[in-house]
Amino acid sequence: MAFWGRWISEWIEGLGALTLLAKETLASLFTFKVAWRDLLYQTYFVGVKSQSVVLITGAFTGMVLGAQTYFQFHKVKMDTATLAVVSVSMCSELGPVLTGLMVAGRVGAAIAAELGTMRVTEQIDALRTLATHPVDYLVVPRLLALHAALPLLTAESIVVGICAGYLVGVHLLGIDPTYLWVNMLKYTADSDVAVGLIKAVIFGGIVALIGCYKGMYCGEGAEGVGRATTEAVVYSSITILISNFFLTLVLGKILHTL
Amino acid sequence: MIEVCDLEKSFGSHKILEGVSFKIDKGESVVIIGRSGGGKSVLLKHLIALLKPDAGRVLIDGEDIVPMNERQLLRVRRKFGMLFQGAALFDSMTVAENIGFAFRRDRTLPEDEIARKVAHVLELVDLPGIEAKNPSELSGGMRKRVGLARAIVYEPQIVLYDEPTTGLDPIASDSIDHLILRVRDRLDVTSVVVTHDMRSARRLGQRIMMLHEKRIYATGTAEEIFSSKDPIVKQFVEGTADPTIATEI
Repeated sequence: MAFWGRWISEWIEGLGALTLLAKETLASLFTFKVAWRDLLYQTYFVGVKSQSVVLITGAFTGMVLGAQTYFQFHKVKMDTATLAVVSVSMCSELGPVLTGLMVAGRVGAAIAAELGTMRVTEQIDALRTLATHPVDYLVVPRLLALHAALPLLTAESIVVGICAGYLVGVHLLGIDPTYLWVNMLKYTADSDVAVGLIKAVIFGGIVALIGCYKGMYCGEGAEGVGRATTEAVVYSSITILISNFFLTLVLGKILHTL
Repeated sequence: MIEVCDLEKSFGSHKILEGVSFKIDKGESVVIIGRSGGGKSVLLKHLIALLKPDAGRVLIDGEDIVPMNERQLLRVRRKFGMLFQGAALFDSMTVAENIGFAFRRDRTLPEDEIARKVAHVLELVDLPGIEAKNPSELSGGMRKRVGLARAIVYEPQIVLYDEPTTGLDPIASDSIDHLILRVRDRLDVTSVVVTHDMRSARRLGQRIMMLHEKRIYATGTAEEIFSSKDPIVKQFVEGTADPTIATEI
């Protein structure tokens, strides 16, 4: 009982600290002059360096989704609707979620490890003694970079996934390319793309804030940094998956009523 | 200049500081000694509000910094420079970028002026021409010198030194001591040094305070402390192990 009490208390404390970090970051966004050099480097690190991971994930997800959909739809003679399913799924769900998860694994872990190491070697304290707010210098550029890069990576993932699904459908499964393409365009709405991109912006914020929080408040020593890195990936991934469900409901409701 | 009143600090149930009070005047050079793990670094970090006390006040030029938030503290911290125990250099930056960090953040000085200030301060710490090196290429002593250069380049009024000679060989320790004295004399700064190196303490301290059992146990000039008859002070200064501890080992 005591264990659960302590666990809940620590969980609530963590959530409170994360909220305060988000509040401080928001305040910094409105008052602080952005260091473009840092922002550019972070965008390069988050966006350009994540391309291969995201593209491979998008391509193979599109391919396997295309093949699996075809196997089911072929039974009811709906082969040409295969790419429409791939497209809608990639746009509104799989594109943003898988990109978010891959970026959480790659970038979220790197952020937590870097900031965690800075904390245990007193580099964050050194920043503070140099009259620099750690949130201004460490959190804001990473948050902005992830907000900007994740929708772009998601868009790439969606396009590559659909193209990969198309190639599998046409060249491996022998589906008529014209019907496949026309049906895809017919059943994919603008709102599906919008949902995916809005989700990506939000997932970018989740990865940045949790990564920064876990790094800046990590425990002492190598063990503390290791734990912070693991927790950053696990918590970011879980938060992405849970928030995705609610975002689907809320954004679906809003965008479909427009 | 610095006034600490009834400072208390605990980590969990472990009380580190209790009722700590002292004053440090402008231009004074004070050394805080005490056993490892006794709270010296914790006390030092309270002076620049890197840690918040559970109770008590820390006044810098008459202004209580305890209730200030992180953003309000940025202004107060401009008065300080701090040399950390492990130097705490930013390992993703070169020596020049480390030293000129805050100038670049402020964006008030042109690049050539920053480069000139960096070169000047590197000469002051006897490390000219190493601007392009990375911290990983430097020895422990060199890292501390660069850390000191970074701390003093903004010409602070107060410089805090956290165990400046720990982990260095006697010759490197000696040169760091001389450097601290040179900085004190040339820049006319208030110095607060935390150390358990008695040779450094004797050399650097116009006044020495001994932290023991969570409080300032003794205070006096170097001569007074080193000739003290108090058994606890004497034992620490002479570096004699507690016989009861020796028996346990």
